[in-house]
Amino acid sequence: MTERARNRACIVGIGETKYQRDRSATLTNLGLQLEASLAAIADAGLERSDIDGVMPFPNLANAEELVANLGCENVRFAATVAMGGASPVASLALAADVLAAGRASAILIPAGWAAFSGPRTRELVLDPARLPGGAIAADYYFPHGFTAPMQWYAVMAQRHMYEFGTKREQLGAVAVAARRHAQLNPNAVMRGRKMTLEDYLASPMLADPYQLLDCCLETDGAAAVVVTTEERARDLAAGVVRIEGAAAAQPHPADEITNRRDFFRTGLGAAAPEAFGRAGVRSGDLDFAMIYDCFTFEVIHQIEELGLCKRGEGGAYVEGGRIELGGELPMNTHGGLLSEAHVVGINHIVEAVKQLRGDCGERQVADAELGVVTGWGDFGDGSLAILSRG
Amino acid sequence: MASAASTSQTTIGSTGSGDEFYAWCARGELRLRRCNACKEWCHVPRVICPACAARDWSWEPVRGTGRVFTWTVVHRAMHPAFMDDVPYAVVVVALDEGPRIVSRMVDCPPGELAMEMPVEVVFERSERTGQRVLPRFRRASQSTAAGAR
Repeated sequence: MTERARNRACIVGIGETKYQRDRSATLTNLGLQLEASLAAIADAGLERSDIDGVMPFPNLANAEELVANLGCENVRFAATVAMGGASPVASLALAADVLAAGRASAILIPAGWAAFSGPRTRELVLDPARLPGGAIAADYYFPHGFTAPMQWYAVMAQRHMYEFGTKREQLGAVAVAARRHAQLNPNAVMRGRKMTLEDYLASPMLADPYQLLDCCLETDGAAAVVVTTEERARDLAAGVVRIEGAAAAQPHPADEITNRRDFFRTGLGAAAPEAFGRAGVRSGDLDFAMIYDCFTFEVIHQIEELGLCKRGEGGAYVEGGRIELGGELPMNTHGGLLSEAHVVGINHIVEAVKQLRGDCGERQVADAELGVVTGWGDFGDGSLAILSRG
Repeated sequence: MASAASTSQTTIGSTGSGDEFYAWCARGELRLRRCNACKEWCHVPRVICPACAARDWSWEPVRGTGRVFTWTVVHRAMHPAFMDDVPYAVVVVALDEGPRIVSRMVDCPPGELAMEMPVEVVFERSERTGQRVLPRFRRASQSTAAGAR
């Protein structure tokens, strides 16, 4: 790594609720996010009154109600990055700039939802206004029964399998790695439920090529992080993690997933060189990667868009345990959205921080000093942050 | 298609953004927006041309032929309006003029779908969308496929 730039923004606090699938759970989206936020502020060694910026996830809670409940009297910056699941990591990128500009000194980024006990995805799709593409999806996709993220992304996976020979077993390798890692995570919903490649291949087909075990979980849970300046971070007790470089970008067009000139070009492909450039590191320097895993192929796709391998080689990349603990580049050591919980990607940031703090217990990556976390949202919005042990 | 009696009562709403497109379909024509200034095709319709920023449009007929670019076979419907249709294949067709269009096949069981399969448009009235006429596709006849390329 080149000499580190000074005054990087730092993640100084993390907080999580229990992740669960329990129909009798009572906490709302807001209630879950408040619990995670209080934990993150306490972890940072800050008072609630120290939080002067907040960046909520789109449509799951708004800044006003979060701030009012938390009693944060000094908020002067509030913004939401509208990038779906790419939002939390994109918020890290924006928070770093806001901190550098002096527009806030401690920013809270919460996210989470009651996606098991509350409204489920199959209910949310009844209102296309809540989905990416809005009127486009309503008027050009829905009439043909093309109504859900699983289906929208399945057509990308299907084309990839045709053009590059990507195999079902390679998608399965992503799912199996996540499940294996979840066995080492006390907060993973799928801890205790082991899965083999044979189990994966036998799972019900939902939207070809996506089978049940290609798909992320529906869970209740929230997590939050607190970001501050490097100067401020030095005075705080918690393990400090530096944001070496972060960026976000949209595909084009961002609101229609079938008519891209380059079908596989997503926001991450544009954002990755920027973030690696800012950080002054290369992908070969990474000790781990937390990849937004809404579905298995999206991991393979993002591996390519990140530049870890060439276009079309993502399937082969995940074979042979390379992405598992003990492999060349362990991914999603918490189990990810596939096997820990679907906490809209903020759990990937939390896991990266835990790895860099050395707090991951039996799933710890030895000598973890540098890692990447990505976000994927809507029709291929992308974000990434390269984090280091402070 | 499932019979009306067994079909879920849920219908697919419309925001109105596709009204002109579907009005052409109701007349048995597949037409797409084309920019009069730069001649770029534009599907789905936009307010101004993403290529040249003009706002001078025509609805021009396309041949209605193309190739299957990709698909997914839905075995578990996520929307209640389509519960009775499963399994069904959603296809993305690359029209010969360039734009890609989301649709379904009318004559091809999901297991017989193939990438780059030549197809041609047909029109089908859909109960799910309040009797809206949708563009669907069938396998291209030999002469159409040869004419396409």
